[in-house]
Amino acid sequence: MGTFSFGSLLRNAMAGHKDWPRQWRAPDPKPAYDAIIVGAGGHGLATAYYLAKEHGVRNVAVLEKGWLGGGNTGRNTTIIRSNYLWEESEALYDHAVKLWEGLSHELNYNVMYSPRGVLMLAHNIHDIQVFKRHVHANRLAGIDNEWLTAEQAKEFCPPLNIAPGMRYPVLGAALRRRGGVARYDAVAWGYARAADRLGVDIIQNCEVKGIRRDANGAVTGVETTRGDIATKKIGVVAAGHTSVVMSMADVRMPLESFPLQALVSEPVKPVMPCVVMSNTIHAYISQSDKGELVIGAGTDQYISYSQTGGLHITTHTLDAICELFPMFRRMRMLRNWGGIVDVTPDRSPIIGKTPVPGLFVNCGWGTGGFKATPGSGHVFAATIARDEPHPIAAPFTMERFVTGRLIDEAAAAAVAH
Amino acid sequence: MLLIDCPYCGPRPEIEFRYGGEAHLARPHDPSTLSDEEWASFLYRRSNPKGRFAERWRHVHGCGQFFNAIRDTVSDKFACTYKTGDAPPDGVAP
Repeated sequence: MGTFSFGSLLRNAMAGHKDWPRQWRAPDPKPAYDAIIVGAGGHGLATAYYLAKEHGVRNVAVLEKGWLGGGNTGRNTTIIRSNYLWEESEALYDHAVKLWEGLSHELNYNVMYSPRGVLMLAHNIHDIQVFKRHVHANRLAGIDNEWLTAEQAKEFCPPLNIAPGMRYPVLGAALRRRGGVARYDAVAWGYARAADRLGVDIIQNCEVKGIRRDANGAVTGVETTRGDIATKKIGVVAAGHTSVVMSMADVRMPLESFPLQALVSEPVKPVMPCVVMSNTIHAYISQSDKGELVIGAGTDQYISYSQTGGLHITTHTLDAICELFPMFRRMRMLRNWGGIVDVTPDRSPIIGKTPVPGLFVNCGWGTGGFKATPGSGHVFAATIARDEPHPIAAPFTMERFVTGRLIDEAAAAAVAH
Repeated sequence: MLLIDCPYCGPRPEIEFRYGGEAHLARPHDPSTLSDEEWASFLYRRSNPKGRFAERWRHVHGCGQFFNAIRDTVSDKFACTYKTGDAPPDGVAP
Protein backbone atom coordinates (compact mmCIF):
# COMPACT_ATOMS: atom_id res chain seq x y z
CA MET A 1 0.00 0.00 0.00
CA GLY A 2 3.02 2.23 0.13
CA THR A 3 4.11 4.94 2.49
CA PHE A 4 2.88 8.50 2.19
CA SER A 5 5.75 10.85 1.47
CA PHE A 6 6.61 13.92 -0.53
CA GLY A 7 7.78 11.58 -3.29
CA SER A 8 4.50 9.65 -3.41
CA LEU A 9 2.56 12.93 -3.43
CA LEU A 10 4.66 14.20 -6.32
CA ARG A 11 4.28 10.94 -8.31
CA ASN A 12 0.52 10.91 -7.85
CA ALA A 13 0.24 14.60 -8.69
CA MET A 14 2.03 13.92 -11.98
CA ALA A 15 -0.33 10.97 -12.58
CA GLY A 16 -3.41 13.08 -11.99
CA HIS A 17 -4.17 11.50 -8.59
CA LYS A 18 -5.69 8.43 -10.29
CA ASP A 19 -3.37 5.79 -8.84
CA TRP A 20 -3.73 6.25 -5.08
CA PRO A 21 -4.17 2.74 -3.63
CA ARG A 22 -6.90 1.74 -1.19
CA GLN A 23 -5.81 2.61 2.32
CA TRP A 24 -7.06 -0.60 3.90
CA ARG A 25 -8.51 -3.91 2.70
CA ALA A 26 -12.14 -5.00 3.00
CA PRO A 27 -11.58 -8.62 4.08
CA ASP A 28 -14.21 -11.27 4.76
CA PRO A 29 -14.12 -12.58 8.32
CA LYS A 30 -11.88 -15.61 8.92
CA PRO A 31 -13.27 -18.52 10.99
CA ALA A 32 -11.03 -17.68 13.95
CA TYR A 33 -8.82 -14.91 15.34
CA ASP A 34 -6.44 -14.60 18.29
CA ALA A 35 -8.37 -11.53 19.43
CA ILE A 36 -11.48 -9.68 18.34
CA ILE A 37 -12.12 -6.00 18.98
CA VAL A 38 -15.78 -4.98 18.93
CA GLY A 39 -16.08 -1.44 17.58
CA ALA A 40 -13.97 0.26 14.91
CA GLY A 41 -13.90 3.75 16.37
CA GLY A 42 -10.68 5.51 17.28
CA HIS A 43 -10.22 3.58 20.54
CA GLY A 44 -10.93 0.18 18.95
CA LEU A 45 -8.67 0.76 15.96
CA ALA A 46 -5.92 2.11 18.21
CA THR A 47 -6.23 -1.01 20.37
CA ALA A 48 -5.85 -3.26 17.31
CA TYR A 49 -2.90 -1.22 16.06
CA TYR A 50 -0.97 -1.42 19.34
CA LEU A 51 -1.84 -5.12 19.74
CA ALA A 52 -0.23 -5.80 16.36
CA LYS A 53 2.67 -3.36 16.71
CA GLU A 54 3.75 -3.68 20.34
CA HIS A 55 2.54 -7.14 21.31
CA GLY A 56 2.91 -9.08 18.06
CA VAL A 57 -0.75 -10.12 18.11
CA ARG A 58 -1.49 -9.67 14.42
CA ASN A 59 -4.26 -12.21 13.90
CA VAL A 60 -6.83 -9.66 15.03
CA ALA A 61 -10.21 -8.61 13.67
CA VAL A 62 -11.97 -5.33 14.39
CA LEU A 63 -15.73 -5.78 13.96
CA GLU A 64 -17.84 -2.72 13.23
CA LYS A 65 -21.60 -2.72 12.82
CA GLY A 66 -21.55 0.45 10.72
CA TRP A 67 -18.53 2.03 9.10
CA LEU A 68 -15.24 2.76 10.82
CA GLY A 69 -15.07 6.04 12.68
CA GLY A 70 -18.80 6.58 12.18
CA GLY A 71 -19.79 6.67 15.83
CA ASN A 72 -18.49 9.05 18.44
CA THR A 73 -15.12 9.33 16.66
CA GLY A 74 -16.95 11.23 13.93
CA ARG A 75 -19.27 13.10 16.29
CA ASN A 76 -17.05 14.74 18.90
CA THR A 77 -15.50 18.19 19.16
CA THR A 78 -11.88 16.92 18.92
CA ILE A 79 -10.55 18.57 22.07
CA ILE A 80 -7.34 17.19 23.56
CA ARG A 81 -6.19 18.00 27.08
CA SER A 82 -5.08 16.21 30.23
CA ASN A 83 -5.81 18.69 33.01
CA TYR A 84 -7.74 16.25 35.18
CA LEU A 85 -7.70 16.34 38.94
CA TRP A 86 -6.51 12.96 40.22
CA GLU A 87 -3.12 11.38 39.67
CA GLU A 88 -4.64 8.30 38.08
CA SER A 89 -6.43 10.39 35.46
CA GLU A 90 -3.47 12.69 34.93
CA ALA A 91 -1.31 9.67 34.15
CA LEU A 92 -3.87 8.21 31.75
CA TYR A 93 -4.74 11.36 29.83
CA ASP A 94 -1.16 12.66 29.75
CA HIS A 95 -0.03 9.29 28.39
CA ALA A 96 -2.41 10.02 25.51
CA VAL A 97 -1.15 13.58 25.03
CA LYS A 98 2.42 12.28 24.77
CA LEU A 99 1.33 9.80 22.11
CA TRP A 100 -0.60 12.52 20.24
CA GLU A 101 2.60 14.52 19.92
CA GLY A 102 4.29 11.90 17.75
CA LEU A 103 1.20 10.29 16.25
CA SER A 104 1.29 11.68 12.71
CA HIS A 105 4.85 10.48 12.32
CA GLU A 106 4.15 7.11 13.93
CA LEU A 107 1.11 6.39 11.72
CA ASN A 108 2.56 8.02 8.58
CA TYR A 109 -0.75 9.88 8.48
CA ASN A 110 -1.33 13.53 9.23
CA VAL A 111 -3.79 13.60 12.14
CA MET A 112 -3.47 17.41 12.20
CA TYR A 113 -2.73 17.51 15.93
CA SER A 114 -2.65 21.17 16.84
CA PRO A 115 -1.73 22.06 20.45
CA ARG A 116 -3.20 25.55 20.31
CA GLY A 117 -4.15 25.84 23.98
CA VAL A 118 -7.30 25.08 25.93
CA LEU A 119 -8.82 27.88 27.98
CA MET A 120 -11.34 26.91 30.68
CA LEU A 121 -13.36 29.86 31.91
CA ALA A 122 -14.32 30.56 35.51
CA HIS A 123 -17.54 32.47 36.10
CA ASN A 124 -18.01 32.34 39.87
CA ILE A 125 -16.09 31.88 43.09
CA HIS A 126 -16.63 28.13 43.05
CA ASP A 127 -15.18 27.88 39.53
CA ILE A 128 -12.11 29.85 40.62
CA GLN A 129 -11.53 27.55 43.59
CA VAL A 130 -12.00 24.38 41.54
CA PHE A 131 -9.82 25.50 38.64
CA LYS A 132 -7.04 26.76 40.91
CA ARG A 133 -7.11 23.42 42.67
CA HIS A 134 -6.81 21.73 39.27
CA VAL A 135 -3.94 24.04 38.29
CA HIS A 136 -2.02 23.16 41.45
CA ALA A 137 -2.75 19.44 41.19
CA ASN A 138 -1.69 19.37 37.55
CA ARG A 139 1.54 21.24 38.20
CA LEU A 140 2.43 18.83 40.98
CA ALA A 141 1.94 16.02 38.46
CA GLY A 142 4.17 17.73 35.89
CA ILE A 143 1.28 18.76 33.64
CA ASP A 144 1.34 22.36 32.50
CA ASN A 145 -1.69 24.37 33.56
CA GLU A 146 -1.76 27.99 34.58
CA TRP A 147 -4.19 30.50 36.02
CA LEU A 148 -4.99 33.61 33.97
CA THR A 149 -6.86 36.73 35.00
CA ALA A 150 -9.77 37.78 32.80
CA GLU A 151 -7.52 40.34 31.07
CA GLN A 152 -4.84 37.73 30.39
CA ALA A 153 -7.51 35.38 29.03
CA LYS A 154 -8.71 38.14 26.70
CA GLU A 155 -5.14 38.67 25.54
CA PHE A 156 -4.76 34.96 24.79
CA CYS A 157 -8.16 34.78 23.08
CA PRO A 158 -9.10 38.22 21.70
CA PRO A 159 -12.69 37.39 20.61
CA LEU A 160 -13.60 36.64 24.23
CA ASN A 161 -16.03 39.00 25.94
CA ILE A 162 -14.92 39.89 29.47
CA ALA A 163 -17.29 42.81 30.05
CA PRO A 164 -18.29 42.98 33.72
CA GLY A 165 -21.96 43.41 32.83
CA MET A 166 -22.32 39.86 31.51
CA ARG A 167 -24.87 37.57 33.14
CA TYR A 168 -21.99 35.19 33.95
CA PRO A 169 -18.87 37.40 33.94
CA VAL A 170 -15.49 35.89 33.11
CA LEU A 171 -13.51 36.08 36.36
CA GLY A 172 -10.45 34.23 35.12
CA ALA A 173 -9.41 31.09 33.30
CA ALA A 174 -7.22 28.03 33.50
CA LEU A 175 -4.98 27.66 30.45
CA ARG A 176 -3.58 24.33 29.30
CA ARG A 177 -1.09 25.35 26.62
CA ARG A 178 -0.31 21.82 25.44
CA GLY A 179 -4.00 21.09 24.90
CA GLY A 180 -5.52 21.46 21.49
CA VAL A 181 -7.38 19.67 18.74
CA ALA A 182 -6.80 16.98 16.08
CA ARG A 183 -8.60 15.90 12.94
CA TYR A 184 -11.06 13.21 14.10
CA ASP A 185 -11.47 11.19 10.91
CA ALA A 186 -7.76 11.28 10.15
CA VAL A 187 -7.24 9.63 13.54
CA ALA A 188 -9.62 6.78 12.68
CA TRP A 189 -8.27 6.43 9.15
CA GLY A 190 -4.64 6.67 10.25
CA TYR A 191 -5.06 3.93 12.83
CA ALA A 192 -7.12 1.82 10.40
CA ARG A 193 -4.48 2.06 7.69
CA ALA A 194 -1.60 1.41 10.07
CA ALA A 195 -3.37 -1.56 11.69
CA ASP A 196 -4.34 -2.99 8.31
CA ARG A 197 -0.72 -2.82 7.15
CA LEU A 198 0.24 -4.95 10.17
CA GLY A 199 -2.30 -7.61 9.17
CA VAL A 200 -5.34 -6.60 11.23
CA ASP A 201 -8.67 -7.37 9.50
CA ILE A 202 -11.11 -4.45 9.73
CA ILE A 203 -14.55 -5.86 9.03
CA GLN A 204 -17.24 -3.25 8.57
CA ASN A 205 -21.01 -3.77 8.40
CA CYS A 206 -20.59 -6.71 10.74
CA GLU A 207 -22.69 -6.42 13.89
CA VAL A 208 -22.00 -8.59 16.92
CA LYS A 209 -25.25 -10.34 17.92
CA GLY A 210 -24.01 -12.68 20.60
CA ILE A 211 -20.99 -13.74 22.68
CA ARG A 212 -20.30 -17.48 22.86
CA ARG A 213 -18.95 -19.01 26.06
CA ASP A 214 -17.86 -22.47 27.18
CA ALA A 215 -18.96 -24.44 30.26
CA ASN A 216 -16.55 -22.44 32.47
CA GLY A 217 -17.97 -19.17 31.22
CA ALA A 218 -14.89 -18.23 29.18
CA VAL A 219 -15.48 -16.66 25.79
CA THR A 220 -15.12 -18.91 22.73
CA GLY A 221 -16.29 -16.57 20.00
CA VAL A 222 -18.87 -14.14 18.70
CA GLU A 223 -22.02 -14.45 16.61
CA THR A 224 -22.24 -11.74 13.99
CA THR A 225 -24.39 -10.73 11.06
CA ARG A 226 -21.61 -12.16 8.87
CA GLY A 227 -21.39 -15.53 10.62
CA ASP A 228 -19.79 -16.97 13.73
CA ILE A 229 -16.15 -16.21 14.51
CA ALA A 230 -14.10 -18.12 17.09
CA THR A 231 -11.71 -16.34 19.46
CA LYS A 232 -10.42 -16.60 23.02
CA LYS A 233 -10.14 -12.87 23.64
CA ILE A 234 -12.74 -10.19 23.01
CA GLY A 235 -12.15 -6.51 23.63
CA VAL A 236 -15.37 -4.52 23.75
CA VAL A 237 -14.83 -0.89 22.72
CA ALA A 238 -18.41 -0.05 21.83
CA ALA A 239 -18.81 3.36 23.53
CA GLY A 240 -22.51 4.17 23.95
CA HIS A 241 -23.51 0.60 23.07
CA THR A 242 -21.23 -1.07 25.64
CA SER A 243 -24.12 -2.03 27.94
CA VAL A 244 -25.87 -3.69 24.98
CA VAL A 245 -22.81 -5.73 23.94
CA MET A 246 -21.87 -6.65 27.51
CA SER A 247 -25.40 -7.85 28.22
CA MET A 248 -24.72 -10.58 25.63
CA ALA A 249 -22.27 -12.02 28.17
CA ASP A 250 -24.66 -11.31 31.08
CA VAL A 251 -22.47 -8.53 32.49
CA ARG A 252 -24.43 -5.61 33.94
CA MET A 253 -22.40 -2.42 33.54
CA PRO A 254 -22.24 0.69 35.74
CA LEU A 255 -23.06 2.81 32.70
CA GLU A 256 -25.80 5.03 31.38
CA SER A 257 -25.94 6.17 27.74
CA PHE A 258 -26.94 9.74 26.96
CA PRO A 259 -27.08 11.81 23.76
CA LEU A 260 -24.37 14.48 23.60
CA GLN A 261 -24.85 17.16 20.98
CA ALA A 262 -22.49 19.29 18.94
CA LEU A 263 -22.83 21.65 16.02
CA VAL A 264 -20.74 23.50 13.45
CA SER A 265 -21.14 26.89 11.82
CA GLU A 266 -20.53 27.99 8.28
CA PRO A 267 -16.78 28.23 7.56
CA VAL A 268 -15.15 31.60 8.15
CA LYS A 269 -11.60 32.97 8.14
CA PRO A 270 -9.41 32.13 11.17
CA VAL A 271 -10.90 33.87 14.17
CA MET A 272 -10.54 31.53 17.17
CA PRO A 273 -6.90 31.09 18.20
CA CYS A 274 -7.56 28.37 20.79
CA VAL A 275 -10.16 26.13 22.38
CA VAL A 276 -12.45 27.83 24.91
CA MET A 277 -14.53 25.82 27.35
CA SER A 278 -17.01 26.93 29.93
CA ASN A 279 -18.39 24.23 32.17
CA THR A 280 -20.60 26.53 34.16
CA ILE A 281 -22.59 28.07 31.32
CA HIS A 282 -22.06 24.99 29.25
CA ALA A 283 -20.37 25.71 26.01
CA TYR A 284 -17.14 24.89 24.31
CA ILE A 285 -15.84 26.15 21.03
CA SER A 286 -12.89 25.92 18.68
CA GLN A 287 -12.34 26.50 14.98
CA SER A 288 -11.55 23.69 12.57
CA ASP A 289 -8.91 24.04 9.88
CA LYS A 290 -11.80 24.26 7.38
CA GLY A 291 -12.92 27.38 9.22
CA GLU A 292 -16.07 26.06 10.85
CA LEU A 293 -16.69 26.95 14.46
CA VAL A 294 -17.05 23.62 16.25
CA ILE A 295 -19.37 23.99 19.23
CA GLY A 296 -20.03 21.41 21.89
CA ALA A 297 -23.26 21.33 23.87
CA GLY A 298 -24.34 19.25 26.83
CA THR A 299 -25.95 15.88 27.29
CA ASP A 300 -29.67 15.36 27.37
CA GLN A 301 -30.87 14.32 30.80
CA TYR A 302 -32.42 11.00 29.76
CA ILE A 303 -30.99 7.69 28.56
CA SER A 304 -31.27 7.38 24.80
CA TYR A 305 -29.71 5.64 21.81
CA SER A 306 -31.36 7.98 19.30
CA GLN A 307 -28.17 9.86 18.23
CA THR A 308 -30.18 13.05 18.41
CA GLY A 309 -31.30 15.24 21.26
CA GLY A 310 -33.49 18.11 22.33
CA LEU A 311 -33.11 21.42 20.53
CA HIS A 312 -33.29 23.29 23.82
CA ILE A 313 -29.89 21.81 24.72
CA THR A 314 -28.20 23.37 21.69
CA THR A 315 -30.02 26.70 21.96
CA HIS A 316 -28.91 26.89 25.59
CA THR A 317 -25.31 26.42 24.47
CA LEU A 318 -25.68 28.99 21.69
CA ASP A 319 -27.01 31.50 24.23
CA ALA A 320 -23.77 31.01 26.14
CA ILE A 321 -21.62 31.27 22.99
CA CYS A 322 -23.34 34.51 21.96
CA GLU A 323 -22.74 35.95 25.42
CA LEU A 324 -19.06 34.94 25.45
CA PHE A 325 -18.42 35.86 21.81
CA PRO A 326 -20.86 38.60 20.74
CA MET A 327 -19.12 38.76 17.31
CA PHE A 328 -20.55 35.29 16.49
CA ARG A 329 -24.17 36.32 16.96
CA ARG A 330 -24.96 36.49 13.28
CA MET A 331 -23.09 33.31 12.29
CA ARG A 332 -25.26 30.59 10.78
CA MET A 333 -25.06 27.05 12.06
CA LEU A 334 -24.79 24.42 9.35
CA ARG A 335 -25.26 21.08 11.10
CA ASN A 336 -25.97 19.68 14.50
CA TRP A 337 -25.94 16.09 15.64
CA GLY A 338 -25.85 13.81 18.64
CA GLY A 339 -23.58 10.99 19.70
CA ILE A 340 -24.36 8.41 22.35
CA VAL A 341 -21.92 8.63 25.26
CA ASP A 342 -21.56 5.99 27.98
CA VAL A 343 -21.22 7.72 31.32
CA THR A 344 -19.90 6.09 34.50
CA PRO A 345 -20.94 7.16 38.02
CA ASP A 346 -17.51 8.76 38.64
CA ARG A 347 -17.00 10.15 35.10
CA SER A 348 -13.82 8.10 34.67
CA PRO A 349 -13.44 5.31 32.12
CA ILE A 350 -13.44 1.57 32.75
CA ILE A 351 -10.48 -0.25 31.20
CA GLY A 352 -9.69 -3.84 31.96
CA LYS A 353 -10.83 -7.35 32.59
CA THR A 354 -14.39 -8.39 33.36
CA PRO A 355 -15.85 -11.23 35.45
CA VAL A 356 -16.01 -13.25 32.19
CA PRO A 357 -12.65 -14.90 31.33
CA GLY A 358 -11.36 -13.65 27.97
CA LEU A 359 -13.73 -10.69 27.88
CA PHE A 360 -12.14 -7.24 28.20
CA VAL A 361 -13.84 -3.88 28.18
CA ASN A 362 -12.78 -0.31 27.46
CA CYS A 363 -15.70 2.03 27.99
CA GLY A 364 -17.18 4.80 30.10
CA TRP A 365 -15.24 7.58 28.41
CA GLY A 366 -18.43 9.55 28.62
CA THR A 367 -18.30 13.01 27.14
CA GLY A 368 -14.54 13.17 26.68
CA GLY A 369 -13.09 10.08 25.02
CA PHE A 370 -11.53 11.53 21.89
CA LYS A 371 -8.62 13.13 23.75
CA ALA A 372 -7.60 9.76 25.11
CA THR A 373 -7.74 7.79 21.85
CA PRO A 374 -4.04 6.83 21.51
CA GLY A 375 -3.47 6.29 25.23
CA SER A 376 -6.66 4.31 25.64
CA GLY A 377 -5.78 1.98 22.78
CA HIS A 378 -2.21 1.67 24.01
CA VAL A 379 -3.01 0.61 27.58
CA PHE A 380 -5.98 -1.53 26.55
CA ALA A 381 -3.88 -3.45 24.01
CA ALA A 382 -1.33 -4.19 26.75
CA THR A 383 -4.13 -5.32 29.06
CA ILE A 384 -5.53 -7.72 26.46
CA ALA A 385 -2.13 -9.05 25.37
CA ARG A 386 -0.78 -9.69 28.89
CA ASP A 387 -4.11 -10.63 30.46
CA GLU A 388 -3.37 -8.20 33.29
CA PRO A 389 -3.99 -4.46 33.55
CA HIS A 390 -1.37 -2.08 32.17
CA PRO A 391 -0.01 -0.08 35.18
CA ILE A 392 -1.66 3.13 33.94
CA ALA A 393 -4.99 1.33 33.41
CA ALA A 394 -4.87 -0.58 36.71
CA PRO A 395 -6.88 1.98 38.78
CA PHE A 396 -9.61 2.06 36.11
CA THR A 397 -10.96 -1.45 36.63
CA MET A 398 -14.63 -2.23 37.08
CA GLU A 399 -13.87 -3.45 40.62
CA ARG A 400 -13.49 0.14 41.81
CA PHE A 401 -17.28 0.36 42.05
CA VAL A 402 -17.18 -2.51 44.54
CA THR A 403 -14.12 -1.42 46.53
CA GLY A 404 -15.19 2.22 46.53
CA ARG A 405 -11.91 3.52 45.10
CA LEU A 406 -13.71 5.81 42.66
CA ILE A 407 -11.83 8.36 40.56
CA ASP A 408 -14.21 11.29 40.71
CA GLU A 409 -13.62 13.56 37.73
CA ALA A 410 -17.04 15.17 37.59
CA ALA A 411 -15.45 18.62 37.84
CA ALA A 412 -12.91 17.96 35.10
CA ALA A 413 -15.24 16.23 32.68
CA ALA A 414 -16.29 19.56 31.13
CA VAL A 415 -19.88 18.55 30.45
CA ALA A 416 -22.09 18.87 33.49
CA HIS A 417 -24.47 15.95 33.90
CA MET B 1 -37.83 18.30 23.39
CA LEU B 2 -39.92 15.55 24.91
CA LEU B 3 -43.59 16.04 25.75
CA ILE B 4 -44.12 14.23 29.03
CA ASP B 5 -47.54 13.23 30.34
CA CYS B 6 -47.36 13.88 34.08
CA PRO B 7 -49.93 11.59 35.76
CA TYR B 8 -50.91 14.51 38.01
CA CYS B 9 -50.77 17.53 35.66
CA GLY B 10 -51.09 16.21 32.12
CA PRO B 11 -48.72 16.73 29.16
CA ARG B 12 -45.98 19.28 29.79
CA PRO B 13 -42.65 20.12 28.06
CA GLU B 14 -39.53 18.27 29.17
CA ILE B 15 -37.86 21.37 30.65
CA GLU B 16 -40.40 21.25 33.51
CA PHE B 17 -39.06 17.83 34.53
CA ARG B 18 -35.92 16.33 35.99
CA TYR B 19 -34.82 12.85 35.09
CA GLY B 20 -34.61 10.26 37.87
CA GLY B 21 -32.88 7.37 36.15
CA GLU B 22 -33.93 3.74 36.14
CA ALA B 23 -37.21 2.93 37.91
CA HIS B 24 -38.11 0.04 40.22
CA LEU B 25 -34.69 -0.17 41.92
CA ALA B 26 -35.81 -0.83 45.48
CA ARG B 27 -33.39 0.38 48.13
CA PRO B 28 -32.41 -2.59 50.31
CA HIS B 29 -34.09 -2.52 53.73
CA ASP B 30 -30.85 -3.07 55.62
CA PRO B 31 -27.79 -2.06 53.56
CA SER B 32 -25.43 -3.10 56.37
CA THR B 33 -26.25 -6.75 55.68
CA LEU B 34 -25.29 -6.52 52.00
CA SER B 35 -21.97 -7.60 50.57
CA ASP B 36 -19.90 -4.94 48.78
CA GLU B 37 -20.81 -6.67 45.51
CA GLU B 38 -24.56 -6.39 46.18
CA TRP B 39 -24.24 -2.79 47.34
CA ALA B 40 -22.31 -1.88 44.17
CA SER B 41 -25.08 -3.45 42.11
CA PHE B 42 -27.71 -1.35 43.84
CA LEU B 43 -25.70 1.86 43.66
CA TYR B 44 -24.11 1.69 40.24
CA ARG B 45 -25.11 -1.11 37.89
CA ARG B 46 -27.91 -0.25 35.49
CA SER B 47 -29.72 -2.08 32.69
CA ASN B 48 -29.24 0.83 30.24
CA PRO B 49 -31.19 -1.02 27.53
CA LYS B 50 -31.67 -0.22 23.88
CA GLY B 51 -35.46 -0.37 23.63
CA ARG B 52 -38.29 -0.25 26.20
CA PHE B 53 -37.13 1.19 29.53
CA ALA B 54 -38.85 1.94 32.83
CA GLU B 55 -37.58 5.23 34.23
CA ARG B 56 -38.38 7.88 36.85
CA TRP B 57 -39.16 11.51 36.24
CA ARG B 58 -39.89 14.32 38.65
CA HIS B 59 -42.10 17.26 37.73
CA VAL B 60 -39.83 19.74 39.54
CA HIS B 61 -41.29 22.87 37.92
CA GLY B 62 -44.88 21.69 38.37
CA CYS B 63 -46.43 19.49 41.01
CA GLY B 64 -43.06 18.29 42.33
CA GLN B 65 -44.11 14.63 42.22
CA PHE B 66 -41.98 11.70 41.19
CA PHE B 67 -43.59 9.28 38.74
CA ASN B 68 -42.58 6.48 36.40
CA ALA B 69 -42.61 6.15 32.63
CA ILE B 70 -42.04 3.50 30.02
CA ARG B 71 -40.12 4.93 27.07
CA ASP B 72 -38.37 3.48 24.04
CA THR B 73 -34.72 4.58 24.20
CA VAL B 74 -34.30 4.34 20.41
CA SER B 75 -37.33 6.37 19.29
CA ASP B 76 -37.64 8.33 22.59
CA LYS B 77 -41.42 7.74 22.41
CA PHE B 78 -43.31 7.24 25.68
CA ALA B 79 -45.52 4.16 25.94
CA CYS B 80 -47.10 5.38 29.18
CA THR B 81 -46.55 7.17 32.48
CA TYR B 82 -47.83 5.90 35.83
CA LYS B 83 -47.66 6.77 39.50
CA THR B 84 -44.80 5.73 41.77
CA GLY B 85 -45.63 2.55 43.60
CA ASP B 86 -47.90 1.30 40.80
CA ALA B 87 -46.91 -1.54 38.51
CA PRO B 88 -46.60 -0.59 34.83
CA PRO B 89 -49.83 -1.18 32.86
CA ASP B 90 -50.18 -4.59 31.24
CA GLY B 91 -48.50 -5.07 27.90
CA VAL B 92 -46.07 -2.14 28.04
CA ALA B 93 -43.53 -3.35 30.60
CA PRO B 94 -40.01 -3.65 29.18
